[in-house]
Amino acid sequence: MLKYTIRRILSSLPVLFGVLVVTFTLARVIPGDPCKAMLGEKATQEVCDRFMEEKGLNDPIPQQFAAYLKDLARGDLGTSIRFRRPITQILVERLPTTIELGFAGLFLASLIGIPLGIISALRHNSPIDLATMVGANIGVSMPVFWLGLMLAYVFALVLKDTPLWLPPSGRLTAGVVSVPFYEVWGWVADGEEAPRLLQFIANHYIFNSFITGQWDVLKDAIRHLILPSVALATIPMAVIARMTRSSMLQVTNMDYVRTARAKGLRESAVVMRHAFRNALLPIVTIIGLQLGILFSGAILTETIFSLAGVGRSLFEAITARDFPIIQGFTVVIAIGYIIVNLIVDLSYGFLDPRIRLD
Amino acid sequence: MSTKPEPTSDVNIEITKHRSEGPWRIALRRLLRQRSGIAGMIILGFLLFAAIFAPVIAPYDPNEVLIGKEPVKKRAKPCIHLLGCPEDQPQHIMGIDGNVRDEFSRIIYGARISLRVGFLTIGFAIIVGTILGTIAGYAGGWVSNVIMRVLDVLLAFPFLLLAIAIVAVLGPGLINAMLAIAIINIPVYARVSRASVLAVKEDEYVTAARAIGASPTRIITQHILPNSIPPLIVLATLGIGTAILETAALSFLGLGAQPPDPEWGAMLASERNQVFSAPHLVFFPGLAIMLTVLGFNLLGDGLRDALDPRVRID
Repeated sequence: MLKYTIRRILSSLPVLFGVLVVTFTLARVIPGDPCKAMLGEKATQEVCDRFMEEKGLNDPIPQQFAAYLKDLARGDLGTSIRFRRPITQILVERLPTTIELGFAGLFLASLIGIPLGIISALRHNSPIDLATMVGANIGVSMPVFWLGLMLAYVFALVLKDTPLWLPPSGRLTAGVVSVPFYEVWGWVADGEEAPRLLQFIANHYIFNSFITGQWDVLKDAIRHLILPSVALATIPMAVIARMTRSSMLQVTNMDYVRTARAKGLRESAVVMRHAFRNALLPIVTIIGLQLGILFSGAILTETIFSLAGVGRSLFEAITARDFPIIQGFTVVIAIGYIIVNLIVDLSYGFLDPRIRLD
Repeated sequence: MSTKPEPTSDVNIEITKHRSEGPWRIALRRLLRQRSGIAGMIILGFLLFAAIFAPVIAPYDPNEVLIGKEPVKKRAKPCIHLLGCPEDQPQHIMGIDGNVRDEFSRIIYGARISLRVGFLTIGFAIIVGTILGTIAGYAGGWVSNVIMRVLDVLLAFPFLLLAIAIVAVLGPGLINAMLAIAIINIPVYARVSRASVLAVKEDEYVTAARAIGASPTRIITQHILPNSIPPLIVLATLGIGTAILETAALSFLGLGAQPPDPEWGAMLASERNQVFSAPHLVFFPGLAIMLTVLGFNLLGDGLRDALDPRVRID
């Protein structure tokens, strides 16, 4: 198991290196003068020369790449040209937004998609099955940005002054503050800055308010997350429902399922323990593959619901030619990608004992 | 889509009766027995009709500003005479957009852009992807390794992120957005064609062709490629829908089609801040995108079942 894990990590290194090369190259070939983009069109040649010199942008490209790799190895992602702040600090603030959104989206998609797929398979060719499949087809065809805007219109405007009203933007209502757990528990003295890791954890508002018992904040944060995560979850939900259905259809005709039924097991035990467990492998694979869709969706969802997450920041950085942010964020996302794929691969061994990983 | 077993004798009769039928006619006949395939073809039929006859269907020119020509207001709600809109007002069934143009005419003309986007991007991706995949599959060894690893790197990025980056390099615009979407779709087609090449490369008929001295080009074009066409057709049909969706997303972010082009994603983007006051200007373009993508997805599903001999249709 350990051997396989190490081999698997090593085999993803070339891809990671490729990602670094592509990101670095893309960031360099994006047209436009970073100096003019950051300091404004009126920046004089002299000011620009000094700026380029300071940022190391005049060095030969291979030298810039080597310097970049060296910093990266030390965990230093550089400093944003636009915000003049360390990238890691910006990540500490913005990554939790995207993580919460992504988790909520995936949770919702699985929570609804898997049962719908199971029911469709069990009631094959019934009206429920037909409706689910029509719904799934519509779901995968849905433009995320359109769904997001229409949800905002319905829940923030049409249902205004009803209990169903939901906020259309931001993570918390203005005035509501999520007090970090390390302050609640007195880990960090007042006025002192907490370590970045603690800040990063505390910036997951839902998690933070849950463990510290700030129920009003928790409720507010969840209410703000509902619309974006529904918009984000639609396509993955449809994909998961389809995959669950076809995977379940395949196993329900197997001999061992018939045997389980024949020996008089309760239907729920047959479905969950004998059929679903064996149908799980392709479902887990497809859930893992949703990460790319989720992140692409996050760029759009964060734009629509005014969430300062990684997706929107990255989009803005690309249009503003903020190279360090483009590089830093992309690397973090690519690593996240590789980790998730690794987890999916490793989970096969647990789900199907026939698969030996070493 | 049900899979009832047929009596064997019927099957035999079928075979003798239709012996002269080619595989494509059989596929078409199977497709016409599919609910999803038919639904997809109906939707796409409407779309194609709208695109071809746009000048006849659309009551206005898509870029015609109606200020001073008609007593209409900016972002006016839809006015349909049949639904009780006063007869003395000009009819605009999808309302008026932010620049006082007829929304319905723009949606109709938008079908032309979307269809072009779908076919051109996927066409490009298929051609490049098939060439790369076939070379990788046929040559094997380090050639295959280099090609496939480079494509793996492309797949390691979330698609929209890579597309945004490519457009940022090339500059915003519909053509560049299409190129970006085409590039990010290449790996899929390369993988599929490589897999089909690998599947038949060692088959006897290929070995036989090689033995009688056929050139690699001839073997690939005459013997190997025809085998990979059915899976590619299915993938391409589903891919066209996705490509339209992705290009619309880029346009929505301001990186694709630029005003005044009546592209659905761009139309939606330009009115997105008015969604609370003029929801119809967001609703109709989005609905058009969704129906188009749905049409291609349904047809793709139908084709998959029709072209797969393992699926029985009755």
